[in-house]
Amino acid sequence: MSPVLEVSGLSVDFDGFKALDGVNLSVEQGELRFLIGPNGAGKTTLIDCITGLTRPTAGDVRFEGRSLTGLAEHRRVRLGIGRSFQTPTVFETLTVVENLDLAESFRRSPVAMFLRRRTVTPGVAETLERTGLTAVADQPSGSLSHGQKQWLEIGMLLVQSPRLLLLDEPVAGMSPQERLETGALLQELAGDHTVVVIEHDMAFLRRFAHTVTVLHEGRLLSEGTVDEVQSDPVVREVYLGRSRDERSGAAPAPVLEAAAFGTVGEDA
Amino acid sequence: MSGVEIVPKSAPGDLAPPEVVVVPTPAPVARRRRTPLSMLAPGSASPWTGRLVFVVFAFALFALPNVLGNPSEIRQWAEWLCYAMVAVGLDLAWGYGGMLALGQGLFFGLGAYAMGMHLSLEQVPDGSLPSFMGLYSDYTSLPALWRPFQSFWLAAAIAVVVPVLIAGLLGLLVFKRRIRGPFFAILTQATAVIFALVLVGNLKLTAGFNGLTGFTKVFGRNKYAPETSQWLYQVAAVGLLVVLGAAMALVRSRYGKLLQATRDSEDRVRFLGYDPALVKTVGFAVAAGMAGLAGAVAAPVFGIVSPGQFDAVPSILMVCWVAVGGRGTLWGAVLGALVVNWTRVNVSAARPDDWQYLQGLLFVVVLGFMPGGFAGVLRSRYQWLAAAVTRRSRRTAPEPAFATATAGETA
Repeated sequence: MSPVLEVSGLSVDFDGFKALDGVNLSVEQGELRFLIGPNGAGKTTLIDCITGLTRPTAGDVRFEGRSLTGLAEHRRVRLGIGRSFQTPTVFETLTVVENLDLAESFRRSPVAMFLRRRTVTPGVAETLERTGLTAVADQPSGSLSHGQKQWLEIGMLLVQSPRLLLLDEPVAGMSPQERLETGALLQELAGDHTVVVIEHDMAFLRRFAHTVTVLHEGRLLSEGTVDEVQSDPVVREVYLGRSRDERSGAAPAPVLEAAAFGTVGEDA
Repeated sequence: MSGVEIVPKSAPGDLAPPEVVVVPTPAPVARRRRTPLSMLAPGSASPWTGRLVFVVFAFALFALPNVLGNPSEIRQWAEWLCYAMVAVGLDLAWGYGGMLALGQGLFFGLGAYAMGMHLSLEQVPDGSLPSFMGLYSDYTSLPALWRPFQSFWLAAAIAVVVPVLIAGLLGLLVFKRRIRGPFFAILTQATAVIFALVLVGNLKLTAGFNGLTGFTKVFGRNKYAPETSQWLYQVAAVGLLVVLGAAMALVRSRYGKLLQATRDSEDRVRFLGYDPALVKTVGFAVAAGMAGLAGAVAAPVFGIVSPGQFDAVPSILMVCWVAVGGRGTLWGAVLGALVVNWTRVNVSAARPDDWQYLQGLLFVVVLGFMPGGFAGVLRSRYQWLAAAVTRRSRRTAPEPAFATATAGETA
């Protein structure tokens, strides 16, 4: 089976600064893939290239076998690629239902767009239920808490039923309980959908990731299961800034693990 | 060594709690009590509120000429109703769509010229030239540009369709290139200036600076008859109600929500799968069509159509009406156009020299101290009143929560 998302030789050059440098990535149908890496590793730039916000200097992005080069952002969304942003952007003057309805309506005919929304569609109702926003459905989304806004943002993605979801730090600023719920939701989504998540929170990653891709300074550093990536000496070096000499010596692995990746206890 | 290990090694699968799908965090649900006043409150969900206000407004509009009585005053009001139409359209573009269109004079003028050309031809026998052409030009037969305007219906259609097309084309060009904010404002302002220059420059076709005048016959009626003022007023009133009704429906539609969403975050709209350029272009074109219709109605009301009415300064004043009335509320736009023009006429009649200063002061005060315009002030006053009424009704009922609060304080 061909991968849902295939990135080949992707490079982005911001006036001499190589944000991405020949990145190859392939994500299979139904995967829950985590993208990690230190600040400036190019994680968000990679997602920007997939969604069309940034134009790559070289390389190609293929979605379900189709090249996305030159396609406008909204056309990529219409193909089935949805994304969320680091800071949740919901339409604050509109109510929660209106936000979700607008997200769902993008496939409606122009004529239908000029009519008033009379009911809560089944899709919107289900998403309200799924994101736990039913109680605040008719409130302006500007009055929601940060966590709720992030859930609404995810809900606006879900209601569009994209085949590929790209989430940029979906649990940033969420409470431990909200993180657990989000993680459970992501696992539930993977399978039917293909999900790519940028995340800094290592505890979250350990708990929910299937496959992890590590980026560093615009290059692909490592890829594999959480354990594989964690035991990769190159990844450790990047995260801990250890010299090569130290790395070649027998450093106690569990200590490193605890220091670099935090503990699960954090999110309990 | 293994004692340092804090991270439990386990497969990710067994960590996933299968029963925890989503536990909604309980959020405070504001249960608003429905009092007669709160049901009327602006922004309340019931569409009946808007409809009721609309019906009352329509009655008031048609009753007004009976109160005024004086034909010249009725004609004056007809003019202001036309301005209100422009303001409603402009509010759609600016208040709801975030597009500061500083050149609505272009579209208002196109509509007015379309109808003005028809009226000029009405004054002379079929097939002959409008009177100014005998003075300024050597045309022997009606120029091709003028021919469609022999028909009233064609002229009326052109008055609306041409502004829509021009705005549509301009909008696509500008918004597809992601030009927005002040650049869009300056660009539209320039179009109004160019329009006035083109009119002045083409003396033979447009009568230049003097414009089209001498409409003694308007649609087969005598311009000076009192009934004609009354009739024109009614046409303007119907026009305003149509424009306002259409704008209200548009604002409530999914498209209306999308337009507001585009105003607030264009990028987010893009990543919902919509093209913001298209959304904005439609809004701008609708505003232009409304201005065109207003112009067509205004031409016979003005009795003269000249470039000075449609260039930069009047275009900016149109934005000021909306700002004073309250952008983002359609009623605010109507209110702004009527109040500012009513004040202008009455103040400048009493103190001709002071109006300009007063107008400037008005805008500074409103923009500085009442960002929501008159509508914003009315709304907050109204909410204050509604809250006061709610408090009063609560005071009559026993309030157990009060007692527990004081008990808690002493404890």
